[in-house]
Amino acid sequence: MIVAGIDVGSLTAKCVLLKDGEIVAYKVIKVSPNLEETAEKVFGEVLREAGIDKVDKIVATGYGRNKVSFAERTVTEISCHAKGALFFIPTARTVIDIGGQDSKVISIENGKVAEFVMNDKCAAGTGRFLEVMASALHLKIEELGDIAERAEGATKISSTCTVFAESEVISHLASGERVEDIVAGIHEAIASRIAAMARRVKVKPDVVLTGGVAKNKAMKRALERELGMEIKIPAEPQIVGAVGAALFAMS
Amino acid sequence: MTLKKLKATDRMKQIMGGYYMMGKQAEVNGWITSGAPVELLYAMDIYPVYPENHGALIGAAKQGPHFSDFAEKREFSRDLCSYARCDIGCVFAGTSPVGGLPKPTFLFACNNICNTVIKWYQVLSRIFNVPLFILDTPFIRKDLKESYIQYVHDQLYEFVDFLEKTTGRELSDSKLKETLIKSVQGVNGYSEVLKMAKNKPSPLTCFDAFLNMAPIVCLRGTDYPIEFYAEMKKELVERVERGEGAVENEEVRLLWDNIPVWYRLRWFAEFFADRNACLVADTYTNAWTGFISMDKSDVFWSMAETYTFSYLNIGIEHTAEAINRLIDYYDVDGVVIHSNRSCKPYSFGQYELQKMIDVPSVVIEADMVDSRVFSEAQVETRLEAFLEMLK
Repeated sequence: MIVAGIDVGSLTAKCVLLKDGEIVAYKVIKVSPNLEETAEKVFGEVLREAGIDKVDKIVATGYGRNKVSFAERTVTEISCHAKGALFFIPTARTVIDIGGQDSKVISIENGKVAEFVMNDKCAAGTGRFLEVMASALHLKIEELGDIAERAEGATKISSTCTVFAESEVISHLASGERVEDIVAGIHEAIASRIAAMARRVKVKPDVVLTGGVAKNKAMKRALERELGMEIKIPAEPQIVGAVGAALFAMS
Repeated sequence: MTLKKLKATDRMKQIMGGYYMMGKQAEVNGWITSGAPVELLYAMDIYPVYPENHGALIGAAKQGPHFSDFAEKREFSRDLCSYARCDIGCVFAGTSPVGGLPKPTFLFACNNICNTVIKWYQVLSRIFNVPLFILDTPFIRKDLKESYIQYVHDQLYEFVDFLEKTTGRELSDSKLKETLIKSVQGVNGYSEVLKMAKNKPSPLTCFDAFLNMAPIVCLRGTDYPIEFYAEMKKELVERVERGEGAVENEEVRLLWDNIPVWYRLRWFAEFFADRNACLVADTYTNAWTGFISMDKSDVFWSMAETYTFSYLNIGIEHTAEAINRLIDYYDVDGVVIHSNRSCKPYSFGQYELQKMIDVPSVVIEADMVDSRVFSEAQVETRLEAFLEMLK
């Protein structure tokens, strides 16, 4: 049985093909304003890569899940991230997902979602925060992690709000603070924000970090410091939601 | 998806249409907060005007941002309660979906629901240049002390003096007792309607309760709620006898916390019905269901007690206890908590409450009237995930 999971997020769309429970192909692309087209594109690319022309079942998830008209059903990213995280790390009890415009903390009991929290009307603890800061510093978002690793200290970013934090970062630059230290401060700001949210559910090991931001090693370390716990990262953190969706398609 | 309609809702619209018409003709009227002892007004044939009900009506008509704008242009903050903003906005606009409210003879605010009403009614008092009476009910953190009741009790007498001076009318003891008896009968009838949701499947949803709550709020103390809720109960009993639920295939039973999202009532009702989930009860409509005591020898004492121990005037332990009572009585699987941007006293402590209640819960952020703070995708994801978790 071949199934597909499609995760249409706010920044990227991911598609995973599972054949008898094993990943056979996956793709991550940037989303265009037309979510339906984006979903078709990422699905088409994965089929081509796998060299097949159809699958038995498709489940869509993510912010744009309702735009994937060719999916049999939709499941929310909360359930999919939990299922996907367990696929990569069966001992996962807490999942922290830092997405493009939202972040969530999911607590897992007996293989199921027991509780979850999400950021609400504010993008301060999300990938968008990093994007805005990278652009204020004229850096690429992929570079941020490595730059933070070279910091000697972390500049305190006290504003919670992304907009205010951006002007704070610019004023730190103007007053001659080292870029590396500012970048480290930015990571700590997000980590403290996420940790505050995580404490609303019971944070139990193993803690798994998913989403594109998980590729950033400085982010992982900042979160570990905040939570006082080791954090595990799946082999492909960005496709965890899509894997979860594909697993739902199997059942 | 077509939602099941109650015949009672048509009757309710007639009654409330009549209520608003009555207001245009009333010689004397007082603008009053939803949790205030309206019985004193009805006992003196004073027409009560409910800016909060008017606010809900504006929300349901999806006119919140429009009327709020009139107040915001006069520098009222967007962080202010949207009922207050719309009410003040309508005064400046000179109209509303019901053609505006009649100019008040006097104003009567009771702070047992929030403290915004004090400033709100002071603003109204300045605009209309009419007298304002504030009934101050101490917040009950732990116990309802006798000194609190005494304090409110004494103010009720002062309020009667205020009413007699303002209107030139006299309060008759027998008329007040009669009104209070009707009030108790109305409240009991209403409470029986809500309790019908104990049945499985439930013959009504909290959306039916929201739609049909106006008579108990606005006409409490008259014959209308007594007759109306008796009729509504009959209709619900028939549903139960037929084994018919308000939601087809009721799989999940839920409780709603906080004021409804008026401009999305239908959207929420359909959302849950589509997913075989029934919101059988809520903390909002249940706030109007009880008289603590009805000691006929001192009705002022009874009123003081009842109106001080109101749902939004009690400490979080009491609130959690009340929610857990509802969870148990209606046998619900989870709680949907509306964090209402407008209503601070209702929304404060909700994350704490989550830890104190007996079933899982989810928090959604919205506002009762101001649709500008509602994000459909965010709300949908949280609710869907919550249902996936419960099923």
